[in-house]
Amino acid sequence: MVTHENGGGGHGHHQAPTGFIRKYVFSIDHKVIGIQYLCLALFSVFVGMGLSLLMRLHLGWPNAHWSIFKGGLMTPEQYLALMTMHGTIMVFMVLTTAPQSGFGNYFLPIQIGAADMAFPVLNMLSFWTTMLSLLVMIAAFFVAGGAPIGGWTSYPPLSALGEMAGPGQGAGETLWIIGLAIFCGASLMGALNFITTLIDLRAKGMTLGRLPLTCWTWFVTAILGLLAFGVLLAACILLLLDRIAGTSFFVPAGLVITDQVVTWHKGGSPLLWQHLFWFFGHPEVYIAILPGMGVASHLLSTFSRKPVFGYRAMVGAICGIGFLGFCVWGHHMFISGMSPYSAFAFSILTMAIGVPSAIKTFNWLGTLWGGKIEFNCAMLFALGFVSLFVSGGLSGLFLAQPALDLYLHDGYFVVAHFHLIMGVAAIFGMFAGLYFWFPKMFGRFLNEGIGKVHFWLTFVGVYCIFMPMHYLGLAGHPRRYFDTTALEFLQKLQPVHVFISIAAFITIGAQLIFLFNFFWSLKAGKECKEENPWHATTLEWSIPSPPPFDNFGGVEPVVYHGPYEFSVPGAADDYIPQHLAPNLVKKA
Amino acid sequence: MPGSVAEDLEIIDAGHGGGTGTPAGGDDDSGSSGPLHPVPRRAYFTALQLGLAAIVMFFMALASSYIVRRGLGLDWQRTPLPPVLWFNTIVLLTSSVTIAVARKKLEGGEREAFRSWWWVTTGLGLLFLAGQIIAWRQLAAAGMLLATNPSSSFFYLLTAAHGAHLAGGIFSLFYVTFRPWKRSRISQATAAELTSIYWHFMDGLWIFLLVLLTLGR
Repeated sequence: MVTHENGGGGHGHHQAPTGFIRKYVFSIDHKVIGIQYLCLALFSVFVGMGLSLLMRLHLGWPNAHWSIFKGGLMTPEQYLALMTMHGTIMVFMVLTTAPQSGFGNYFLPIQIGAADMAFPVLNMLSFWTTMLSLLVMIAAFFVAGGAPIGGWTSYPPLSALGEMAGPGQGAGETLWIIGLAIFCGASLMGALNFITTLIDLRAKGMTLGRLPLTCWTWFVTAILGLLAFGVLLAACILLLLDRIAGTSFFVPAGLVITDQVVTWHKGGSPLLWQHLFWFFGHPEVYIAILPGMGVASHLLSTFSRKPVFGYRAMVGAICGIGFLGFCVWGHHMFISGMSPYSAFAFSILTMAIGVPSAIKTFNWLGTLWGGKIEFNCAMLFALGFVSLFVSGGLSGLFLAQPALDLYLHDGYFVVAHFHLIMGVAAIFGMFAGLYFWFPKMFGRFLNEGIGKVHFWLTFVGVYCIFMPMHYLGLAGHPRRYFDTTALEFLQKLQPVHVFISIAAFITIGAQLIFLFNFFWSLKAGKECKEENPWHATTLEWSIPSPPPFDNFGGVEPVVYHGPYEFSVPGAADDYIPQHLAPNLVKKA
Repeated sequence: MPGSVAEDLEIIDAGHGGGTGTPAGGDDDSGSSGPLHPVPRRAYFTALQLGLAAIVMFFMALASSYIVRRGLGLDWQRTPLPPVLWFNTIVLLTSSVTIAVARKKLEGGEREAFRSWWWVTTGLGLLFLAGQIIAWRQLAAAGMLLATNPSSSFFYLLTAAHGAHLAGGIFSLFYVTFRPWKRSRISQATAAELTSIYWHFMDGLWIFLLVLLTLGR
């Protein structure tokens, strides 16, 4: 039963639903939905990690027999299916959902002083649509032929031909495409809600120049999602029609697949898919990483007790990265036979992203410089983010050059690059956010001691996994290879694979420590009795932990200050909350 | 300095939101709405514009695929446009006029006239969809099926995609007619305005697609 009352002004006080289903399952509360998204991502990240564990088991010891596989050995198709589903689940269900839909849902409305998202029912709908898409994708494991084997990019023509192109390319691939199309719908609904909320529901005084950088990144990420997912949806529909309706959008004439001539398709272009996919795919990379940048900026400032260095430049860099993200999709296709002039243009534009990225990096260092740095877990993960962003980003400058990409493309160098910058850096952003906001969300702190063990094992672990992959790539090791023993030059690289696998097992083990910390702290962690334990400035720290249903208790907050007023000269405290009226700021 | 950037950036944000005071309590903000908090009227328009932007991206992806695919290979055959399309186009253009008349009547407080014109629009929308199905049947009877050649594939795909979006508009027309407005967070006038913007947009989108299909086929 839902009870309610409603004021007529901008912020009516409205009561929480009381039934279990309306409160926790089909909830319209952005905070519950945020946690639902985080749970979905937590489940998915462990599935994705489990898949990578199996892959590493095979790559480290290709000829060893493991009882988990039929006959003791993994088949090439199983390996490709693991790889495809690892990539898909990690990119869509973890990197896209957790930082944006999870944390963004929970904290964007609170940080701008709103009672909820603009369209709470739409918000609920986008979560459950995402859930449906996850279920459809997971179902691919259980149909005849198993999960798809086409990689997360699912390039045609092999993805368009059905079972003749491999076992997983039958029903599994169809489910994969349908799942992805559903995900597009969910993301579009989410993006629309985020942008509307930020534009129209900001509290009095919350000008764009006073937005926390987290909100800026959620905002730009939502714009990227709004413009990119429609294109992916169109691509999915075309691919699905090629598969089930016999059209020829992507399949060229005269193909011979496993000794069979494909006669029912002609004249299509696989490159058309690549253009559509990467027009979405490159902004998708920024969808994953931008919220991490926001969280890192937010935390570096809070825990060094200094304003963000160059706030305007930071905002400009966020927008610049978002804009350039739409102009560089061609750099994924340098070896597709594109005109060298196009490649040159894409290359220059890609390297131009180095400019806003460098602005951000130097501003982070500027923020830290001379600050009173507190090395708690949240801050460590934020610093880890900066480190990984730089390490992963620099290799992007190599790959941005067509001449170098010719050699490095489709090799382990690329795997190292995107895992560091898109995968691990984004995940460090999420961990930073979780350690920081956990007391606000659940009223208890995550354990700092266990957290530090988790951080150091993970930080060293991910470098041990992905740094050696650069060397594999430079040595010419192709990615997506199942058999690393057949070629002589790969045999010599086998010890590196063993090292990477061991590092991966330790790092995955460290995530169990995190899981323990998460659930243990929920029950028995140190209680957070204050509203503002970190002495932070933004609006979420002006309300109880955890926040009530309507966030501000029906009273609209008024904002008087910028988001990062730390160590302001003349003030008694080293922070000035955004909502503190100027006459209440204590003088030193 | 944080805060000072506002002046520049607020230009992008002209007419909207934050820092300009509490959201105006318009007609949409009153009335009981369950556990939903009220939102300013302009939020619906922002959302509509964003939705239209996403739809534009979707159709641009299809349109650029159409242009690219047309330039490839020798298998592209001319798809004759069924003549009924011209009738459908006139129906749709007329519906844009009737929906505008309906809104005028609502503004003038003539609720009965509004309802009639709104129903006429709904009927014309349904007639358009029926006409599109007839066009498909005529094309199929001429031997041009979805997979016959890329030109016909795109014809079916683009008309179906537009039809699906237009069906959303018809749903919205029914919604405005049947929704119990007393218990709603949004007023009927606002819903009617939003629907009519969407409807005009679908009209324009159809003209764009028709030009594309005529020049490109």
